[in-house]
Amino acid sequence: MTKAHIQASRTPAEIVEMPASARVVPISQGRKPMVEISKLYKSYGPIEVLKGCDLVVERGEVVVICGPSGSGKSTLIKCVNGLERFDRGALAVDGVAVGDRASDMTSLRARIGMVFQHFELYPHLTVLQNICLAQVHVLKRSKVEAQAKARALLARVGLPDKEGAYPAQLSGGQQQRVAIARALAMDPVAMLFDEPTSALDPEMIGEVLAVMLELARDGMTMIVVTHEMGFARKAADRVVFMDKGAIVETASTQQFFDEPRAERAKLFLSRILSQ
Amino acid sequence: MNYSWNWSILIQPPYLGWLASGLELTLVISISAWILALIAGTLVGVVGTLPHRIPRMLAATYVDMFRNIPLLLQLFLWFFVVPELLPSRWGFWLKRDLPFPELWTSMLALGLFTSARVAVQVGSGITAVSSGQRMAAVASGMSPAQTYRLVLLPQAFRIVLPPLTSDFLTVFKNSALALTIGVFELTAQSRQIESFTFQGFEAFTAATIVYLVIALLVTFFMRTLERRVALPDTMGAAS
Ligand SMILES: Nc1ncnc2c1ncn2[C@@H]1O[C@H](COP(=O)(O)OP(=O)(O)OP(=O)(O)O)[C@@H](O)[C@H]1O
Ligand SMILES: [Mg+2]
Repeated sequence: MTKAHIQASRTPAEIVEMPASARVVPISQGRKPMVEISKLYKSYGPIEVLKGCDLVVERGEVVVICGPSGSGKSTLIKCVNGLERFDRGALAVDGVAVGDRASDMTSLRARIGMVFQHFELYPHLTVLQNICLAQVHVLKRSKVEAQAKARALLARVGLPDKEGAYPAQLSGGQQQRVAIARALAMDPVAMLFDEPTSALDPEMIGEVLAVMLELARDGMTMIVVTHEMGFARKAADRVVFMDKGAIVETASTQQFFDEPRAERAKLFLSRILSQ
Repeated sequence: MNYSWNWSILIQPPYLGWLASGLELTLVISISAWILALIAGTLVGVVGTLPHRIPRMLAATYVDMFRNIPLLLQLFLWFFVVPELLPSRWGFWLKRDLPFPELWTSMLALGLFTSARVAVQVGSGITAVSSGQRMAAVASGMSPAQTYRLVLLPQAFRIVLPPLTSDFLTVFKNSALALTIGVFELTAQSRQIESFTFQGFEAFTAATIVYLVIALLVTFFMRTLERRVALPDTMGAAS
């Protein structure tokens, strides 16, 4: 209901034109945006990889980030949960200032799910143990409660019979679905995806995107770095295009595909879509 | 050569008892030293992989010190020099009141010497675990201690179990050096039997065989452990 509501309530152009503070997204009910990034700068040594990025992600919104390799997409989303430090600017998630010494980053990270390109399941643990580990040790849930949650999520991602398997015994697509279940087990307020399908064989991409699409429809706040434009069309509220450490275009999904304004985004799109 | 063999002295009292008590001390020193080495070595190995520079430097210094000073010299330093350097009350306690000072010293010296080797193994094991694993653990809200305990170390130990076996074996061989500060372990007892009975060949053969049996048992134990913690790692094993 929420997604349809957002999209029906105003035209895509309005979303882009309106300043973030003026937007009234029904689901947020006047609360702060989920993610607020402003003027973010970061360098690795002499190389500046983020050059003043601004991005606001509302609660329940799905934002797809795309752009050429090395443009800083991974760096940007790693800054969101504090896996990477930034040099200047401000970043708040769910009202908590990231990078501030006073902020409890550990409990913030526990509330932000992250899915990686190479899955990063723990190879020495079974699927069930993978999904229970942080639930038990970070959220201090009982083993019984954690396992019940894990089993429910395994059913949701379509792997109810794999709880005893080790990651190496699963296909890439199955591993990534377990990784999504592992992140969801923490009851995250937002999910970050860093190229979740780019390490997968083509025939497995669909099964992972289907799980993500369902998640988007359920109203999860998501930031997804991906070049899967089909997914962007179906699931994203907005598309962000990055190039050389800067966000060069932010547009509603429809506008991004129909009439991209930035030249570099046009070029990028024509290349991606012609593949 | 006019040597009269007499294997039976090995089972005669008191010589059999000497061998047995030597074996007991060898086992006690070696196993305690190994436990100390595992604990201290794991700690130092972990510190050596922390993201900050100063703890990493401290760990590197520890390893260099304990690995590069000869074990014999370390034994002498702990036994003869350290008690003199300590505040006099502690020094007196070490020299006069501590029972079996040579035993404690050899456990400590051998343990710390070996811990430097363990630290290098554990450190390289942690480094061999992909950086994405650490990132996944941290991203899920784990503390640094949890990240090491639950994610990095279990993988690192599986990687370095085979090379650790050889360090474990070396501890038993190195424990013979304890005789230089007066511990009557296996090698010292066989020397003593030689000097009492002039049956050196028999005594040293017995000690050699005991060391070999220890090595075989340790190897068997470690291989069993390796097999027990091995992960199924092929797609084929799934069905
Ligand atoms: N740890 C690091 N040390 C030094 N430079 C880095 C590091 N990580 C990334 N970079 C550099 O920062 C820039 C941005 O990297 P980033 O991984 O964010 O790009 P990306 O958009 O995710 O690219 P890709 O599509 O290849 O994943 C690149 O030029 C990269 O070489
Ligand atoms: Mg990337």
